[in-house]
Amino acid sequence: MTEAAINIKLQQRQSIPLSVQLQCQAGELLALVGPSGSGKTTILRAIAGLYQADYGVIVCANEIWQNSPDKLFVPAHRRHVGLVFQNYALFPHMTVLDNVRQSLADVPKQQSKTTALMLLKQVHLQGLESRYPKTLSGGQQQRVAVARALSRQPKVLLLDEPFSAVDQVTRRKLYRELLTLRQSLAMPMLLVTHDLEESSLLADRMALLHKGEILQTGTPEFVAAHPNSATVARLMDQQNLFTALVLAHHEQTKKTYLRWQGIKLEAAFQPQFPVNERVCWMIQSSDILLHRRGRPSKGDRENPLQGRIIEYMESNGLANIRVQVNCALKIDISIHVPLHVARRNRLGLHEDIGISLLSNGIHLMPFQILRRDT
Amino acid sequence: MDWTALVLSIKLSLTTTLLLLPIGIVFGRWLAYKQFFGKALLQTFLALPLVLPPTVLGYYLLVAFSPNKGLGLWLLQTFGSTLIFNFKGLVLASIIFNLPFAIQPMQRAFAAIPRAIREAAACCGMGPLQVLWKIELPLAWPGIISALVISFAHTLGEFGIVLMVGGSIPGETQTIAIAIYDSVQTFDNPSAAIMSFSLLLFSLITISLTFWLSARYEQTHD
Repeated sequence: MTEAAINIKLQQRQSIPLSVQLQCQAGELLALVGPSGSGKTTILRAIAGLYQADYGVIVCANEIWQNSPDKLFVPAHRRHVGLVFQNYALFPHMTVLDNVRQSLADVPKQQSKTTALMLLKQVHLQGLESRYPKTLSGGQQQRVAVARALSRQPKVLLLDEPFSAVDQVTRRKLYRELLTLRQSLAMPMLLVTHDLEESSLLADRMALLHKGEILQTGTPEFVAAHPNSATVARLMDQQNLFTALVLAHHEQTKKTYLRWQGIKLEAAFQPQFPVNERVCWMIQSSDILLHRRGRPSKGDRENPLQGRIIEYMESNGLANIRVQVNCALKIDISIHVPLHVARRNRLGLHEDIGISLLSNGIHLMPFQILRRDT
Repeated sequence: MDWTALVLSIKLSLTTTLLLLPIGIVFGRWLAYKQFFGKALLQTFLALPLVLPPTVLGYYLLVAFSPNKGLGLWLLQTFGSTLIFNFKGLVLASIIFNLPFAIQPMQRAFAAIPRAIREAAACCGMGPLQVLWKIELPLAWPGIISALVISFAHTLGEFGIVLMVGGSIPGETQTIAIAIYDSVQTFDNPSAAIMSFSLLLFSLITISLTFWLSARYEQTHD
């Protein structure tokens, strides 16, 4: 662990079950992702000193903030933590400038004003110093909250769903601002979100939480493509999740073969799953190839399947398609293709199409019963 | 117009209100933020004066402070005086009687401050006392002022409990409400009318002030 990193270990059984061990390096943005009630906000509150878990060891920048074996618990006001609350929690009776200056009580008055003004400029709020929070838009309030959190000169920056209270247009703008701002920040940053897109856009790494436990950590792209269980795949919103039987592993071709709904599938070599055992498998939409009508293209021969479009929706430049595959059971596969591709291939409801599952995109996981496709 | 009674009433109301200020803040804040065993029971006892006839409360205080036994006897032996038929007793009775009028508005005012705001203050490096001084009191002050105004006005016009605990000793325990009653008893209607009108006017002003503060309070918490 580097000196400026934060190391967190929390455990408890009662009230809110927790069993987590996390580390976030200086300058790294770690997203805590999970459904409601998974414990992500509780972890953030424990780091801030606003919640005391039954057992906890929290060390930040070589400062021990909590050490249960020694009964040590540093209260929130003695930790240098910058916390941006979900609804910003600005002080309604203070101006924007005074909100930001509250963390600078130990600094001489003139210097605190200069620092606060500089931070407000950094978050593009110059000129709004004397305004009160309720006269600001959601995006402006969020920026004040960020400036206030940074004015504490925090050793860790905690962001608790900071984009949930603003509209989508503002959110996109704030994403860009945060991405720019974080270039200048050297402390560990933890972002709580339930939005997978947000974590993949902003975070270096993510920790997927479920019922107070971390199921998997890694880059958002890695966790999405290589979930370590079907539960993780489900939580990562992977829609193409199925079960199959392992037929064989071919060392020479580096391929693993599966039997799925009477179809033999070729997958990337994953010999850790024994032959004749059932497994779960998934494939991301980006690893599914659409056959062009009348013009075979590269990759068409990998796990070709025929089916009929049973759902077709266009949004944000993408066609979201559900294909019912012609196989023993009625199985649906979801694919997303750029709108221009969908239109060029004249895709539409009830059209018959061909798709190929790229073998390198087929990821195997330990078997567990799925609600759909057993 | 019995000026002595009016001055005594104002003195009693001011003393009661000033003593209720810290009591109300401590209890109001405690009840607003803490969950503990017996909280509902405590709140019931604190609210009792709202529904209990003042004479009943006065009767129990009179019994409790009786110099013949128990608490009253102990007070007499320890401090050389008891708490009936004197100003100190009136103050204590008024405080007890006004507890719900002081605590409940303050409790509501503290409870209306979102937890996240208090936590944000702690994350800004403020200790509990600084959070109280810089965040909670400025946000809760309309509720606190409103509680004090109601307690003041309530004490000024209180009759039953004052008569039970203090009697009607001019300059010592005879408040303006008792003076009005005595004036009517002695057919001094002009004095009763002037004093009644003064109390009516004062009550109108305090109620208007309370409504105005409540409106401001709601504006602050938009």
